[in-house]
Amino acid sequence: MIHRECGVLKTTYEADMALYPLPIARYTVAALGVLFFLVIPFSLHEYYLSVANLVWIAIIGALGLNILVGYTGQVSIGHGAFMSVGAYTAANLATRLDSPWPVNLLAGGLMAALIGGVVGIPSLRIKGLYLAIATLAGQLIIEWTINHVTFISGGVQASIAVPRPRLGPYVLASQRAMYYFLLFFVVVAIVGTMNLVRSRIGRAFVAIRDQDIAAEIIGINIFRYKLLAFAISSFYAGVTGVLYTYFLGIANYEQFQIGVSIDYLAMIIIGGLGSVLGSIFGAAFVTLLPILIRYAMEAFGGVFFAQATVLNLIPALRLTLFGVLIVVFLILEPEGLNRLWRNIRSYFRVWPFAY
Amino acid sequence: MRTCLTILMAVLVGVAGMLSPVAPANAQSKGEVVIGIQCDRTGATQIVGTVICPAMHDYIALVNSKGGVEGRQIKAIEIDHEYKVPPAVESYERHKKEGAVSIAVYGTPQIYALQAKLTEDRIPGTSPGFGSAAAADGIRHPYIFPIAATYWSQATAAVDFVKKQLGGNLRNKKIAYIFFDNPAGREPIEVLEDLAAKEGFQLKTFAVPPPGVEMGAQALDIAQRFRADFVIAHLFGGAPSVSIKEFKRVGYPLKKVVSLVWGAAEANIDGAGGFAVADGYYAMQFAGVGTDYPVLNEIREMYKKQGKEPPKGMASSVFYNRGVLIAALHVEAIRNALKAKPDGKITGDDVKKGFEKINNFTLGGLVPPLKVTSTDHEGGGLVQIWQVKDGKFVKVTDWYAAYQDVVAKHIKEAGAKK
Repeated sequence: MIHRECGVLKTTYEADMALYPLPIARYTVAALGVLFFLVIPFSLHEYYLSVANLVWIAIIGALGLNILVGYTGQVSIGHGAFMSVGAYTAANLATRLDSPWPVNLLAGGLMAALIGGVVGIPSLRIKGLYLAIATLAGQLIIEWTINHVTFISGGVQASIAVPRPRLGPYVLASQRAMYYFLLFFVVVAIVGTMNLVRSRIGRAFVAIRDQDIAAEIIGINIFRYKLLAFAISSFYAGVTGVLYTYFLGIANYEQFQIGVSIDYLAMIIIGGLGSVLGSIFGAAFVTLLPILIRYAMEAFGGVFFAQATVLNLIPALRLTLFGVLIVVFLILEPEGLNRLWRNIRSYFRVWPFAY
Repeated sequence: MRTCLTILMAVLVGVAGMLSPVAPANAQSKGEVVIGIQCDRTGATQIVGTVICPAMHDYIALVNSKGGVEGRQIKAIEIDHEYKVPPAVESYERHKKEGAVSIAVYGTPQIYALQAKLTEDRIPGTSPGFGSAAAADGIRHPYIFPIAATYWSQATAAVDFVKKQLGGNLRNKKIAYIFFDNPAGREPIEVLEDLAAKEGFQLKTFAVPPPGVEMGAQALDIAQRFRADFVIAHLFGGAPSVSIKEFKRVGYPLKKVVSLVWGAAEANIDGAGGFAVADGYYAMQFAGVGTDYPVLNEIREMYKKQGKEPPKGMASSVFYNRGVLIAALHVEAIRNALKAKPDGKITGDDVKKGFEKINNFTLGGLVPPLKVTSTDHEGGGLVQIWQVKDGKFVKVTDWYAAYQDVVAKHIKEAGAKK
């Protein structure tokens, strides 16, 4: 994932598919593990951990959406709604049956997978923009249903308070506890996705993306794999919804409206379609950039403008800068941040002996 | 590739540059009391946010220019969240890090999302005009303060107003309730149904699906088929303007329409074509309307002394005054907290108690005479009704609340449910 040897030296398929192509890759992952599991949570203020938690949640959702959009080539504008399916499933189970969080998490994911599979049925006949509109319909129908069926939404306010997750005697409420709780699932999601995409299923997804008729001819069951892609992707979305619910302590339908679906699409497009690392980069970029821009404005804005003007300018400039930066990045590298990262890496691959 | 490298370096330097000036500011030690303000100046509700938030800063600047609260300056940290939830969570944690003792939460999904955290961290958060009516229950939601009439209280007050307009008896009258089809819009229905049974009027609800720009059919239905004796409207954003236009189009008299608080601002009237068009329209308010309050004069004085023009937002007196109200109640709560703690080291808990001591604080009529207690965080559910008349808002009723027993019953039921 991070390092590369200085040439193509592989002689077996096993070597080509290995997660750790070089020993140094293993060390890097170990170092990252130490950094994220030990150094960051113990050295940073809770505020930074809360920001990290938002990034973790976004990463899981972006990974799921990337399986569908990036790897299988099927567009979905319904992921916000799939998240709400997971969130409300978990919230209802937690409040009605008092079931523990692992059960709710799994049930939320599976329910979202089921609904996602159903919403994905049009993908068997239609593609591209048409499919986008079909999933948009799914988003709106799910939103409407949750909004109006009080059995699901738990009352006209459409919000259900959920008790904090417990781990043995510990209640996971602080940002630091949540950090570990969410990071665990991020690791599971990353490892799961990396293994999924190099398995038979993942290769089938890629074949469908590249040319679905050709894929069908070489014996891939399009029906099965397209729906599977929707189901797996929605499972991730459902889990994201459940984690979000536990993170906030409440399921509320207004947290999963169409804007959220668009945000996640933006993450994977900026990060890089069809790559695990790209999903991570995209999620981090979209979550962190507005915050960084605000800090920059607070620090340097006073140099150019009066303080009251800065207050008015920060939000407007943040939006503008955010838009401009996205455009700049996409012009620099249309394949996303992941490609940018690979370019940097391949530059250093033979550095300082570049020819 | 060289460009890539340059960009990477530039980004790294930039990030390092940004992070370094942000040393954790320990504001309390400087004697400043920190208030966190969430705002939406760029998102879905920016019409409201661009006026309310500067108003809050203006009031706090006024307090500071007069020597602060009990000798302490107030520092308001505003963070814009675009009406999205994740930035609101981030902004809350930032406020907490900066040592905020109270937080003005902005937005309904945001107050829901922060409810658990506010309670765990024991920081009071206000949500005037946002969130659920059940949060008025100070026992179940100890750190949530609606501090303004909730949608339930607004609905009961509206029915009471209609009753007076229709001659004191609602038996066999027809009341139409036209609402934005979201949780906030549907919230008052259960209370209205209760009152329909109690007062014997016929209630019919008309949902307006988001984004609320199309309601010709509903207006026609109300005017021609249902033939409502009075309309209670509960719409948001651009929808109130559309409703005024549509009622006008189908020939329904606007003096038989009363709007709850989010369809009651100058912006809504202007959007419908101006005050001349909307003549007769009744609007409910949880803060005083108009520019003629002593506190507003002081703010204008303050600007004049600095040699500046008063902000343009002051012309939009409905939203501006609401911003002043929110800021004033925070300042008042902090004043109460500082009075109770002579050493001046106040925490969120002290400010919570400060909020619960707010009693008859009116700011020259701009703020209703609220009485916030440890059980009632709404403060009595007081509203005023204003009418569009001769190109401006004219006050029709003074502060009042109605059917508070019905509201209390629903709050109790909501508490028992979970």
